[in-house]
Amino acid sequence: MTTLITRRLLLAIPTLFIVVSLTFLLMRLAPGNPFSNERKIPPEILAELEKQYNLNGSVSSQYFRYMGKVVRGDLSISTQYRNRTVNDILAQALPVSMLLGGLAFLLALFAGIPLGAFAAVRHNRAADRVAMLVALLGLSVPSFVLAPLLVMLFAVKWHWLPVAGWGSPDQIILPAICLAIPFAAAIARLTRGSLLDVLKLDFIRTARAKGLPEDAVLYRHALKSAILPLISYCGPALAGILTGSLVIETLFDIPGIGRFFVNSVLNRDPMMSAGVVLVFSAFLLFMNLVSDVLICLLDRRVKIE
Amino acid sequence: MSLPTRRSLGRWVPLTFLGGGLLLLLAFFYFFGGWSLSPPVDLTICNGDEPQTLDPAIITGQLEGRLALALYEGLTTRNARGEIIPGMAESWTISPDGLTYTFKIRPDAKWSNGEPLTAYDFLHSWERTLNPETGSQYSYQLYYLANGEAYGTGKLKDFTQVGVKAPDAQTLVVTLTHPTAFFLELTSFQTLCPVYLAGIAKYGNDWMKPGHLISNGPYYLKAWRLNDYILLEANPYYWTKVDFKRIKVLPTANATTCLNLFSSGKVDLILDKNSVPASLVDDLRNEPYFHANPFGGTAFLRFNVTRKPFDDLRVRKALALAINKEDIVRKITRAGEPVADTLVPPGNADYHPPDGLHYNPDEARRLLAEAGYPGGQGFPDVQMLYAKRSTPEQVATEMQALWQKELGITSIHLRGQEWKVYLNTQSLIDFDLCLSAWVGDYNDPQTFLDMFVTNGGNNLTGWSNPTYDKLLDQSETIANPVERMKVLQEMEKILVTEDMPIVPLYYYVGISLYRSDKMAGFEPNFVDDHRWGALTFPEKKKP
Repeated sequence: MTTLITRRLLLAIPTLFIVVSLTFLLMRLAPGNPFSNERKIPPEILAELEKQYNLNGSVSSQYFRYMGKVVRGDLSISTQYRNRTVNDILAQALPVSMLLGGLAFLLALFAGIPLGAFAAVRHNRAADRVAMLVALLGLSVPSFVLAPLLVMLFAVKWHWLPVAGWGSPDQIILPAICLAIPFAAAIARLTRGSLLDVLKLDFIRTARAKGLPEDAVLYRHALKSAILPLISYCGPALAGILTGSLVIETLFDIPGIGRFFVNSVLNRDPMMSAGVVLVFSAFLLFMNLVSDVLICLLDRRVKIE
Repeated sequence: MSLPTRRSLGRWVPLTFLGGGLLLLLAFFYFFGGWSLSPPVDLTICNGDEPQTLDPAIITGQLEGRLALALYEGLTTRNARGEIIPGMAESWTISPDGLTYTFKIRPDAKWSNGEPLTAYDFLHSWERTLNPETGSQYSYQLYYLANGEAYGTGKLKDFTQVGVKAPDAQTLVVTLTHPTAFFLELTSFQTLCPVYLAGIAKYGNDWMKPGHLISNGPYYLKAWRLNDYILLEANPYYWTKVDFKRIKVLPTANATTCLNLFSSGKVDLILDKNSVPASLVDDLRNEPYFHANPFGGTAFLRFNVTRKPFDDLRVRKALALAINKEDIVRKITRAGEPVADTLVPPGNADYHPPDGLHYNPDEARRLLAEAGYPGGQGFPDVQMLYAKRSTPEQVATEMQALWQKELGITSIHLRGQEWKVYLNTQSLIDFDLCLSAWVGDYNDPQTFLDMFVTNGGNNLTGWSNPTYDKLLDQSETIANPVERMKVLQEMEKILVTEDMPIVPLYYYVGISLYRSDKMAGFEPNFVDDHRWGALTFPEKKKP
């Protein structure tokens, strides 16, 4: 187990290195200048700005200077938010996204697993069909449709919840629900599918033959095995949900990091772009490792090489 | 059967990990995720987006400008109607030749930490702004100073030769290269506002963080959370009193969210057209809280006059005459934008724009036939560049359809580009047609007309006219305002009726939402400059 963890952590370093390098280089090679706006910038001012932000000289020399800073843990100054370092921005925005994402993830688990189990037990009956239709809707309705709809109903029409903002517990409810719904739907479908497979297995028949009550069969035996594919789904899903969502953060005016994934590209901010990509990749690698370790712990058929 | 310990481990691992662990995380982030009880505020403003910076020398955007002008104040400032009034300077005198301005700084002028503000602060702040190492994109606003351009472009290293001197702490003497009728407008703009240099020296790149930032305007920076809010608090050392003591500024970028916040009473003031959903403007227009006023911005079409077929004046004219601008403002922009036949928007009392060209499809068809493309036949393939945003995209599509309908031209292709790429393409003049816009920096026709000087940085059409250039030079030396405006009018006549490297489309309208029982002191003005320090309580609520 320790070897697995050590090896995977060591492998993460070159992976992250390549990801950050590619992001930075692509951003610098894309057309458009981070400092351009409607007014022409005098060439000597532009040269000075590029110097200040380490974007002067050839792309390769920019890249080496940037990576030199990155290995020392300095993600440079954002070209969009001129007086903030990317480290600063991440330190402020990441906890926000993680709080929102963490809550949404819990919601997704607590809604998705029971819904999936409910459907699996009623396999091919009307209740199953309805549950899976709901899940299909949850998966296929995009958040930019769902979120405004929920805001219109719960905030604008009935005044139960605030329309947007960040800073009080009631402001987290709607965005967390919107963020959770597609994940809950995916989890429900996964749980159902994997439960159906498990319920056909011999050990379930044995458990029933022993006279165990159906609840015990389902929750104590079947679900325990059925949860394994769910864990491999949840690893990367958790990485995605914890690093925020552009749509949800923009619509609910939440100061997380999700919006930087797209906006930093539109603003041609190479530092910010590489910074958020680095964070996301690190999360993804870490969560994948965690889910693999969990699967090893839970399923003794999986052997650690 | 496995061992009981392993069984219980197997059963509890997922729950302990997912439930307990995440609940702990939640508790952790509850304290570190920026949830704090913000104090009650007197006014909440939707400002359109997160500001890039609060350094007045660096700011180029309008939304940053609004914040800067709440934090800083120049020698002059503006009242609610947008008129120039004394700011940090209590008075000034102008020499008869219009070249020397002598400002008297208020004796009670102070920074927000209580330290006195002097003429030296202006002197050194302007030096900083002009210094190319600062990287100020608007430093050209100080090029009107004698030797300002030489210093700003790095040709001159000695700042003492630049036309600004502080003979004593209360006096600032400014010498200009030529009489500049709008100089007092420039001194009210953020680029010419003073910054607290001791703070910049002390904190370096961190100088504009709350607690570090010392300013001299009606407010100081109390708190700033990225993409969350900015809290402004009345500056106790400001020379006059403001009504709203504490303002919360939201960086809400999504128009629907802005409107929802306003409708639910969480926001008192929305002051950006982009913060109001365009599709709802028709419905909102009749609401008592909807306010629209024309301001100094114009949307227009650029021709690349160096490429065929737009090197032919008749083709340019034909395309211009075939655009039914009424259609565009009625169908697409919909906020009551006036149709533009001139580049300079109406609003300067002293300037009378020339009579532009009006919609005339018959004449357009005749001209096009004369140029060799009767009924649009044989018209080469050309591309129309625009920024891939909702309004320009719709305007481009509409114009493409209009030219097809009126002139029979079917070979105009749309080329929408992402904003930064569009700016790049436009600056390289790598287009045939380009949808553009310009917003004036100050209330004077010059901010529009000097763009099109030969090889001007913002000309971007390839167009050049020696008469136009000569008239611009001439206008800069005339001290008599009436004479000067006549020359500018002559220039615009060349631009929009004779040579036509551009076609004006419509003038901008500023939209703001506020309820008059909550707030007053917000009046339409040409520069769309509404200083938050000038906002007042409504009459009846005044104590």
